[in-house]
Amino acid sequence: MKQMTKALFGAAAMVALMAGPALAQEPLKLEVFHWWTSGGEAAAVQEFAKEFNAAGGQWVDTAIGGSGSTARPIGINRIIGGDPPGAMQFNTGTQIDELAAQGLLRNLDDVAAKEGWKEALPPAFYEAIVRDGHVMAAPVNNHGQNWLWYNKALLEKNGIAEPTTWDEFFAAADKLKAAGVIPVAVGGQPWQLNLMFNSILLGEGGKDLYMKVYKDLDPAAVTSPEFKKVAETFGKLRDYSDPGNANRDWNVATGMVISGKAGFQFMGDWAKGEFVLANQVAGKDFGCILGPGEKNFVMGGDVFIFPKLKDEQGTKAQDLLATVFMSKDAQVKFNAKKGSVPVRLDVDNSKLDACAQIGVEVLKDPAKQIPATDILASQDIVQSLQDVVGEYWATPTMTADEFVGKWNDTVAQAK
Amino acid sequence: MKTRRRMNVATYVALFPAFIVVVFAYLGTMLWTVQISFTESKLLPTFAFAGTRQYERLFATSRWSISLENMVIFGIGLIAVCLVLGFLLAAALDQKIRFENTFRTIFLYPYAMSFIVTGLAWQWILNPTLGLQQYVRNLGWTDFQFDWIIRNDRAIYVVIIAGVWQASGLIMALMLSGLRGIDQELWKAAKIDGIPTWRVYVNIIIPMLRPTIITSVVLLSLAVVRVYDLVLALTGGGPGISTDVPAKFILDYLFGRANIGLATAASSILLVIVLVIITPWLYYEYFRPKRERR
Repeated sequence: MKQMTKALFGAAAMVALMAGPALAQEPLKLEVFHWWTSGGEAAAVQEFAKEFNAAGGQWVDTAIGGSGSTARPIGINRIIGGDPPGAMQFNTGTQIDELAAQGLLRNLDDVAAKEGWKEALPPAFYEAIVRDGHVMAAPVNNHGQNWLWYNKALLEKNGIAEPTTWDEFFAAADKLKAAGVIPVAVGGQPWQLNLMFNSILLGEGGKDLYMKVYKDLDPAAVTSPEFKKVAETFGKLRDYSDPGNANRDWNVATGMVISGKAGFQFMGDWAKGEFVLANQVAGKDFGCILGPGEKNFVMGGDVFIFPKLKDEQGTKAQDLLATVFMSKDAQVKFNAKKGSVPVRLDVDNSKLDACAQIGVEVLKDPAKQIPATDILASQDIVQSLQDVVGEYWATPTMTADEFVGKWNDTVAQAK
Repeated sequence: MKTRRRMNVATYVALFPAFIVVVFAYLGTMLWTVQISFTESKLLPTFAFAGTRQYERLFATSRWSISLENMVIFGIGLIAVCLVLGFLLAAALDQKIRFENTFRTIFLYPYAMSFIVTGLAWQWILNPTLGLQQYVRNLGWTDFQFDWIIRNDRAIYVVIIAGVWQASGLIMALMLSGLRGIDQELWKAAKIDGIPTWRVYVNIIIPMLRPTIITSVVLLSLAVVRVYDLVLALTGGGPGISTDVPAKFILDYLFGRANIGLATAASSILLVIVLVIITPWLYYEYFRPKRERR
């Protein structure tokens, strides 16, 4: 009997201990899984952590170094294995399709409705987070992918004005070449080449062609003369880059523009971080163009998904974090440091730099909001096509027709 | 007899955990991998049967055939050059030269570096605008050209160069220990008979080094099949896809491209290749009827 009482007391004490923290308004603890580890990125994510903690949460940081392709499998394994993080980063687009289809993710319909996400987001971005009519992710940033960066001092010295058409661009490149400067800093890795190719596809081929090629995966669009012309323009750029471009990292290529060794670089707006690190100011030391040619804004970015959790506290914390991610204040603070533009179109953009201002201005026109390839097609298709573009770039003997044929074969196999 | 059997039982009991690990962790995962390769699996493994669709796509993909081709070129190049170079270095060090320890350390040093470091270092050395080519041009030979790393028909040989630089030290160390194991009397006898040194090496020493050579070939072959980080750091599989290797293909499709079905199909093919090459050799080495002892 005595023992029994003891055991009962013990159990009661345990219950009291466990219940204690919950009663005492413990902050809502949530593990956040992401791969933002480089200087500027880590500083940016701190802004979210600060906002979340101020709102009554407790941010538990799980940052996996390297790129998304290293971190994603780790996170996905944890979600499948039943030990999910409270929130996990993905790139905006088709990456979350299967996790959502398998019912592993929470839907955020309530938060989204309460905070008016649908009205605040560009339509393509809203579509990108909705699966079967339910909101499955919280978008955090909008990275423009089709920027052309240039060294302002270098262009001025050679009497070149900012090019607005492809003809002007090649005229400028010829001038730079004659002056002994590498016209275009190219990083010869397939994904970078593909970004450059897409810039040309949008600028020279136009929005409709881009959407037909990537969204409808239309073989006829790929065999069209317009697409072939894009391929030829892309091939022409080989003569305007230097032989050292093979396997060059993007930031090394950006460094060439910063130091004045090269004039231009096609790259997403994450390149801005490199300019800023070198104490250069947007619009003063370096310039940025969406285009040349047709002015569009290719929107890519990151989202956070919220795996289903068993405990109620965690679920509450998820609601809070989703609200914080999309709050106007956190959006501005985070994106100013990240180099991207806020996903919400209704925030105060005056704190953003000159280049982001250009981006925000273009984004005001819904017709110019172009979803990135990650949103339009599966990773399998997108990255297999990067191989094709990379092979074409590295094989000057390959004709545009062969390239087009390979493109269609690849899409047919991967579909 | 009785004690012998008891000992056998004890041995089996002791080996049992290892046996379980082998069956489940190795054979089990292999079978699972092969099974997944016949499904429609994308990001997550599913069991929707797809027949041989993944294999059809695999062999229609030029990147895969290039990868296999590269593995063969890299394999033959790496093994041949490493064996020759390793042996020559070992034979040179075996001449009782001065500072042998110093040289041995120098030659073995590259092996202490990871493939990532090796790849990056050679990427810089061979970059035509930063490295060797530019250096020699600056010295005055302005026509000097060594730009294999950016030529898609030559870049795979650059991978061999970096691989050889890294691995030949190890082969040298193995060969040297083999040479040291050879009885000095043999050399004296050969000298008395007036046999030229090179004949001694070719006809006597090399056949005696057979076990060492086999060990070296096995070690190098393993490095060839799993080569990934070296290519990633050195060429990134480029220019284009010209230096891609099977391991990189598999990892790209497994993780980045979320296509487990295709990745496991590629792994299965790789497994079959390894088995086809290794089985006859294993049989020859370990299971053929032993020669009678003299």
